[in-house]
Amino acid sequence: MSGAGGGAGSGEDKGVTMRVEVDVPKCVASGQCVMIAPDVFDQREEDGIVVLLDERPASELHADVRESAVVCPAAAIRVVEK
Amino acid sequence: MKHVVVVGASAAGLAAVETLRREGYEGTLTLIGDEPYHPYDRPPLSKQILGGQWEPDRVPLRSAADLDALGLDLRLGVTATGLDLAGRTVALADGARVPYDGLVIATGVRPRRLPGDGAERAHVLRTLDDALALRDRLGPGRRLVVVGAGFLGAEAAAVASGLGTEVTLLEPAPVPLAPAVGERVGRMLTRAHHDHGVDLRTGVMVAEVADGGVRLSDGTLVEADEVLVAIGSVPNTGWLEGSGLPLGDGLECDEYSAAAPDVYGAGDVARWHNPLFGTAMRIEHRTNATEQGMAVARNLLSPEARKPFAPVPYFWSDQYDFRIQAHGWLRGHEEVAVVEGALEERKFLAAYRSGDRVAGVLAVGMPPKAVRTWRQAVATRAAWRDAVGELVPEGA
Ligand SMILES: Cc1cc2nc3c(=O)[nH]c(=O)nc-3n(C[C@H](O)[C@H](O)[C@H](O)COP(=O)(O)OP(=O)(O)OC[C@H]3O[C@@H](n4cnc5c(N)ncnc54)[C@H](O)[C@@H]3O)c2cc1C
Ligand code: SF4
Repeated sequence: MSGAGGGAGSGEDKGVTMRVEVDVPKCVASGQCVMIAPDVFDQREEDGIVVLLDERPASELHADVRESAVVCPAAAIRVVEK
Repeated sequence: MKHVVVVGASAAGLAAVETLRREGYEGTLTLIGDEPYHPYDRPPLSKQILGGQWEPDRVPLRSAADLDALGLDLRLGVTATGLDLAGRTVALADGARVPYDGLVIATGVRPRRLPGDGAERAHVLRTLDDALALRDRLGPGRRLVVVGAGFLGAEAAAVASGLGTEVTLLEPAPVPLAPAVGERVGRMLTRAHHDHGVDLRTGVMVAEVADGGVRLSDGTLVEADEVLVAIGSVPNTGWLEGSGLPLGDGLECDEYSAAAPDVYGAGDVARWHNPLFGTAMRIEHRTNATEQGMAVARNLLSPEARKPFAPVPYFWSDQYDFRIQAHGWLRGHEEVAVVEGALEERKFLAAYRSGDRVAGVLAVGMPPKAVRTWRQAVATRAAWRDAVGELVPEGA
């Protein structure tokens, strides 16, 4: 993502488990999540709706996933951390 | 920094407070909003809410628990009425004075209205309450006049006609949205209205809202049971008058989105210099509100490492059975070329040229990878010659 600052706060956070939830009917196919965290999100070929690739992403991806959740223009991504 | 105040509790304000916390800010964080609701999302208002597919419980941007976890001093249903820049305090309508060392202004815009005897009863579409009030009045046997065929008016017209409402859409320009998307795409939108039975009348100036309809500038009355006025918006900067902050078309900010030391603007209300396109812009798009809210939070917290806010603007709009998506800065473009697909099939990708660069791209019904590739051309300010080649110009 250009402009909005890029690098999110903390890089790796070992020991924290993350679960990602997407509310598919809310998704507006903007592709912001795919541009920020391509290992975790993709878009359906036919209509661009989000596809969750990795429900429990590794710690080095956490910052990007949190960034995606904030940026998502449909508030369709929720991150649960323990 | 011990006390940050964010005025405007919507997309931009929420992104700012969330980002402040995520970046480790632990001081007092006051979020002030004049609407009585938790931050909610506006794009669904003219889509799923107006159409009745969603109830209001679908639009909050965050759950109450997630908001709670931010540890906010949340003041909803309270209007900010003034700013003392030198004394660093925000005045509220309830008499409170809130001190700050950092301020984010995210008060958005409000709908422009029309004069006339019926003006009080005319609808606008900005808030949840607006959407619910209009939705109540739609359906078979009802006549709706929509004034303004911009994206908002067009979306509302499409949804209303889908509910069986008889819809007349009035637009002063000969081709709706031509300055924004070009004539050919504008004409494609015109055809979509006609195909769906919406009576789009172009080149029509509305003078006022009368009793029982709208009065055109030539005196004709266009009858309607309900009128929706969708003729653009006005930045909410009234509370900043006399504060010394630069106000013009919105709050005037620099490339860092700052309006004064430790005072930043974000979202629909803020006009700033976007260095990527080398021009000042004020953008009324959902994604920009979030990105700018995030950017100003970071700049506020790290003054020594401030970054210019240089996004590729993005918006989408749902019209009937298709979705428009656009990346970049299309305004003032000099040429449009359909580079993939075909307009007639409502599956295409159009590139927009300003100077010798690809300034933007607009897509309908195209695979996401193709759209992202073209967005990249905009983000890297690719030369038109390299990206589009020597296509025969097809008119702007
Ligand atoms: C019906 C509708 C459909 C839309 N559809 C799309 C779409 O499909 N795609 C797209 O990209 N964009 C769309 N948008 C635009 C998008 O919703 C806006 O860009 C976004 O809401 C801007 O967020 P913001 O936080 O900057 O401002 P706003 O959402 O306007 O929020 C500003 C908040 O500040 C409050 N406020 C104002 N003055 C004061 C004050 N003095 N004191 C306290 N609070 C104050 C306001 O009441 C409001 O709650 C749509 C907008 C609407 C209304
Ligand atoms: S960012 Fe949100 S709206 Fe955009 S594709 Fe991802 S989930 Fe969908």
